Amino acid sequence: MAEMTLSDARVKASARLEWVLIAIGIVALLAAPFFIYPIFMMKMLCFALFACAFNLLLGYTGLLSFGHAAFFGGAAYFTAHAVKVWGLPPEIGILIGVIGAAILGLIMGFFAIRRQGIYFAMITLALAQMFFFFCVQAAFTGGEDGIQGVPRGMLFGLVDLHKEFNIYYFVLVVFLLGVFAIWRIVNSPFGMILRSIRENENRAISLGYSVANYKLAAFVMSAALSGLAGSLKAIIFQFATLTDVAWQMSGEVILMTLLGGIGTMVGPIIGAGLVVGLQNSLATSDFPVTIATGLIFMVCVLIFRRGIVGELYARVLNPSGSDKG
Amino acid sequence: MTMIFGIPLQAFLGQLLVGLINGSFYAMLSLGLAIIFGLLRVINFAHGAQYMLGAFVGYLLLVHFGVGYWPALLIVPIVVGITGIIIERLALSKLYDIDPLYGLLFTFGLALVIEGIFRYYFGVSGNPYSVPELLAGGTNLGFMFLPNYRGWVVVASLAVCLGTWFAIEKTKLGAYLRAATENPRLVQAFGVNVPLLLTLTYGLGSALAGLAGILAAPVYQVSPLMGSNLIIVVFAVVVVGGMGSIMGAIVTGYMLGLAEGLTKVFYPEASNIVIFVIMAIVLLVRPAGLFGKDA
Repeated sequence: MAEMTLSDARVKASARLEWVLIAIGIVALLAAPFFIYPIFMMKMLCFALFACAFNLLLGYTGLLSFGHAAFFGGAAYFTAHAVKVWGLPPEIGILIGVIGAAILGLIMGFFAIRRQGIYFAMITLALAQMFFFFCVQAAFTGGEDGIQGVPRGMLFGLVDLHKEFNIYYFVLVVFLLGVFAIWRIVNSPFGMILRSIRENENRAISLGYSVANYKLAAFVMSAALSGLAGSLKAIIFQFATLTDVAWQMSGEVILMTLLGGIGTMVGPIIGAGLVVGLQNSLATSDFPVTIATGLIFMVCVLIFRRGIVGELYARVLNPSGSDKG
Repeated sequence: MTMIFGIPLQAFLGQLLVGLINGSFYAMLSLGLAIIFGLLRVINFAHGAQYMLGAFVGYLLLVHFGVGYWPALLIVPIVVGITGIIIERLALSKLYDIDPLYGLLFTFGLALVIEGIFRYYFGVSGNPYSVPELLAGGTNLGFMFLPNYRGWVVVASLAVCLGTWFAIEKTKLGAYLRAATENPRLVQAFGVNVPLLLTLTYGLGSALAGLAGILAAPVYQVSPLMGSNLIIVVFAVVVVGGMGSIMGAIVTGYMLGLAEGLTKVFYPEASNIVIFVIMAIVLLVRPAGLFGKDA
């Protein structure tokens, strides 16, 4: 789905620009809880990590999954159950959520990678819907009520996560580690092969790469990292509900990535921030969020396919506007 | 009482009928999706929203203008078809040259907007739409009681599906359509107005969804959410059938509806996931779908 083919020089310039944005971003995130309501900031970070994990698949492997809510919401359930019912500490709970999401990803990916393009999207959507129905009926998810009152607990038995600042910086560290992991994956030889699959799958096959395995690996990694975001959300908000496994959630993460810029590192983060911010501001108004979300989708697809960061790169790196885009 | 596999025959046939009704809607909707995808290469995520729109246009016609079911059966597809044509002209036609996934994303956004608007004005609860007088009541078939309207839905959907199949496979316009599916540029070179054909096709697909909506209105409640849950099941149907053949879409729709009905008899807990399970199995043994050519 990527539309830009940047030359080497431009790739370097784009990397420089990214470093500047990242430095500003980290400083801002460190200072944020002093100025902005921490719960809101943490929600943003969760969705930003979710969107980055999703982008690993869409932006760097070229696979559009319409079922990532299953990993995000599924991990939230696993973590909530492990922490509340089994009484495990938060770090173990999160680990269980991530592993659970990875296994789900392995199963869903196994079926989905048998088809390409539009079918891949429909299959992931259908399988995620199946998981949704499972969550509606399974005993451990609490059905319509979800799992409520999940204790945040003591991190490593030392840090009390019930204190807003403690949990904020914990979430920030996990977020940064998660994004760093994605950055490492994308820029590793493995990531290069993923990109070659995105650019020309048949060519990658003819070069001898077992494309199916690479796709599945990317799918599982993306699922696990999405699960990490979902687990964090369960700890922060102390509940897990059906909202997080519903198809609307899969749509939301696509929107965040599309709005910020598919295939860019910081795009999904900015997209997530904007979408969460928008939802927050609309929550108090009369205007339905779905209409706003849908409109942004349509506008993005029609005139803004590179997303905010993608457009920024195109402007800064190619002011003459001669990029064929 | 007659029993079949330990289940009372009445209950068995009753669920089978429910399955057949659901299957009728799966067939009509997956048919529309297949026609649109065949020519436009767009997966119309808004298909469910257009189905809901059809039901609501019928409902509003009745409540506000006193227009009954039978005229609505004609007016609704025209209204929904025209909205489809407008959407295709204004937006979808701009997306043909890029990755087909963008078409999916655009229609997804469109579905959210349509659904959001109706949720805003009508809430999430369902509005009843009464069965037309002519088809009220039921018929005792001897072995079971058949509500007349449900019988009509099955007959009407079969007629719609077969009529559409006939129009595409056996008429001149259908031949243009099939030719344009194979090679649009060549067909254009022969003097056929392909962009117009694309517009009409999306209009036709939308009209089919609208027609399914008004047919569904007396069976299910008219609610803003009636389309979104259905469309995902229909996607699974389309994956099972493969979008290569019109007849394949129709047959798969009815088959999976019946399979769902049967599951409700024997293992009700699994009834809303059985279609997805079948999809997974089909992906394992025949990834291209039962009737599909490899995509």
